[in-house]
Amino acid sequence: MGGVRSISRGFKMSGQMNWAAIDADPRFQALHAKKTHFLWGLMIFSVVYYFLLPIGAAYFQELFKVQVWGPVNVGILFALSEFLVAWTIAGVYAKRANREFDTMAQEIANDAHNIR
Amino acid sequence: MNLKLLSGLAALAMTGLAQAGEGAVADEYKWLTFVVFGAIIAVTMYITVWAAKRVHTTSEFYAAGRSISGVQNGWAIAGDYLSAASFLGIAGLISLYGYDGFMYSVGWLVAYITVLLVIAEPCRNIGKYTLGDVLAFRNDPKKTKTIAAISTITVSIFYLTAQMVGGGVLIKTLIGIDYEVSVIGVGILMLTYVVFGGMVATTWVQIVKAALLVTASILLVIFTWAPYGFSLPGFLTAVVGDADVQKQVAKLLGDAASTMTPEELGQRFLEPGLFLKSPIDQISLGMALVLGTAGMPHILMRFFTVPTAQDARKSVIWAMAIIGGFYVLTLFLGLGSAMNVGPANIIAVDKGGNMAGPLLAQYLGGGADSLLGNFFLAFVAAVAFATIVAVVAGLVLASASAMAHDIYVGVIKGDHATPKEQVTAARVSSVIVGIAAIVIGIMAKGQNVAHLVAMAFAVAASSNLPAVFLTLYWKKCNTNGVVWGMFIGAFSAIALVMISPNMTYPKAVIAEANKVLQGAPAKEAVEAKASEGFVCELFAVCQKAEPAKKATEAKPGAIEKLAKLNEKLPSLTDPKEIEAAKKEITTAEKAKAKAEGDIKKLEGQTTSMLGLEKPFFLLKNPGLISIPLGFLVVILLSLFTRDKRSEEMWDELYVRQNTGIHAEGSVAH
Repeated sequence: MGGVRSISRGFKMSGQMNWAAIDADPRFQALHAKKTHFLWGLMIFSVVYYFLLPIGAAYFQELFKVQVWGPVNVGILFALSEFLVAWTIAGVYAKRANREFDTMAQEIANDAHNIR
Repeated sequence: MNLKLLSGLAALAMTGLAQAGEGAVADEYKWLTFVVFGAIIAVTMYITVWAAKRVHTTSEFYAAGRSISGVQNGWAIAGDYLSAASFLGIAGLISLYGYDGFMYSVGWLVAYITVLLVIAEPCRNIGKYTLGDVLAFRNDPKKTKTIAAISTITVSIFYLTAQMVGGGVLIKTLIGIDYEVSVIGVGILMLTYVVFGGMVATTWVQIVKAALLVTASILLVIFTWAPYGFSLPGFLTAVVGDADVQKQVAKLLGDAASTMTPEELGQRFLEPGLFLKSPIDQISLGMALVLGTAGMPHILMRFFTVPTAQDARKSVIWAMAIIGGFYVLTLFLGLGSAMNVGPANIIAVDKGGNMAGPLLAQYLGGGADSLLGNFFLAFVAAVAFATIVAVVAGLVLASASAMAHDIYVGVIKGDHATPKEQVTAARVSSVIVGIAAIVIGIMAKGQNVAHLVAMAFAVAASSNLPAVFLTLYWKKCNTNGVVWGMFIGAFSAIALVMISPNMTYPKAVIAEANKVLQGAPAKEAVEAKASEGFVCELFAVCQKAEPAKKATEAKPGAIEKLAKLNEKLPSLTDPKEIEAAKKEITTAEKAKAKAEGDIKKLEGQTTSMLGLEKPFFLLKNPGLISIPLGFLVVILLSLFTRDKRSEEMWDELYVRQNTGIHAEGSVAH
């Protein structure tokens, strides 16, 4: 993390960048493609999973009322699972971004002034 | 920073406290509340003095020199977000309606997935201090900064007014301080933090508040849950078997409850449908939450306070852990309160259930007559107070930055202002917004502010979010699209709320009040009506679906009830019966006074603010319509107009938001 910080500051001094060339660079294109797919996938999954809760509570009440563990019913477990899923999505994204996207971005940033 | 001034302010706040009249805290324990309040005010004042020495430049004033760490920012976001409405309101909903209250809390957490995945890091990489900075990166700076500032100030004022009014009422209920005094007190404290300590003080006040809130909740949950060996089924079995809970469900279900056993009634508390009745409205609210949180200017602003995009990411992860963990705790607080305090007693203090948490604290400490019980209550009350101050401070800072940085420096001065001028503008704007907040808070006393929170989130989701999202991710997006999309998105959201059931419709209120006073005649059963189409569920133009209604017997009004009770009272001999009759008289008198008050307040009025006798838009939340509309306008105008700068800057924006090259750096201290 500290590395990115010092690098972005270092570039402040450097001259004009050729942004179009960086955008067209295969490394940036690879980062863009990977990020786009991954983020859209996660976003769509999380939105669908979230809206299943109000839809289930309104239209599948019989299912939500099924008791599975003493008084604990499907509805309560499903609502609790919303929390777990939200945290898991956050964790999955953070892991992937820390491991992969940051390194790819760093590489492009390091080399940015050479891309013409 | 002038210490004399500070002590003067503290003294002023304490005099306000000393004037306290009635409240949930008994008189002989009021001193305890003052001690706890005093301690919290002292800590925040110390923070402000410390912060004031560190705030000299605009970057320090608006963004704490970008030196807040990811973990710290995560706590500050949680502190900013867990307003009194969410920390007292959700526990209250759970205590009165069980499952539905818990379900309601989920959307507030899921909202942060949008913030994490699409907003936090790109905004950190290309933004400076405000929403306007992000939009002006590739769009016409003057035009977009103007509309962004207007939208920021609008959203902040809506949200802020709801906080001020809700907070004033809350403090009055808790410890009996006059409404005006507490609004002025909150205003002055918050202004002190913002004007002298800028973002540094605001951030730390939010962190302290979040830590207090989480600590208090964890302790309360431990005390609530421990008797059941920290077993979920064990705890819920007790909830299901509780007579107060069963009584509450019976009351909510009405006639349908007559055929249910006590166990079935208790179990029903853990099933959906006691509070949230319209799934379309819930989906509409869900959309506003999931997209609106990411467009809230005071939340967005928090991401400019960290050094890098990685820290922005880390701060959302921490915020999600804290906020989500907190909502799971509220499940236990709410149900524990329903079981230990009882829904009837909670409603007796506050109709919306806001007192569920504080009353549970009092119960767990040993009840209304014990020292510990009152200490717990005082502590929760103080946290509530700190919450309002911290949230309002964040909102004032966001609107002040829009006013000073976007409008004054960006538009009026054309970005040519000396650093000193900029800081002065920021402080002056904070004072203007802060005073406006106090004045609006006092003017809005007793007003219906329920619609303001819905409105704030809906405007943020329909106006700010489409503009930011499409600017960041869509190549063809341009100035015209952004300006008109934001305008139409915000306008439609506000207009729809103004004609929605959130507003006050005098005819309906008066009819309801008359029913309370005079009683309701017997009604015949009504058959269910089928919906004539989806549009009919949204607008009052055709028949919407309505469930069948059973025949009801005539109900006596409060006036008749009172007369009967007063007649019966002298003939009673059993002290228990006398006690019960007296209680009933008090309840009936209260209902009568409220109904009469309502009628008097609305005397001569027949229509709502916009001249409607009944709602034209049938949902409480406009997101379902205004959010797609906001997106659509940005997209259509961008497609049909051209803007050279928006096109030329795309490559730079897209590379920079993804790589962090040239991102605004942090200032070393």
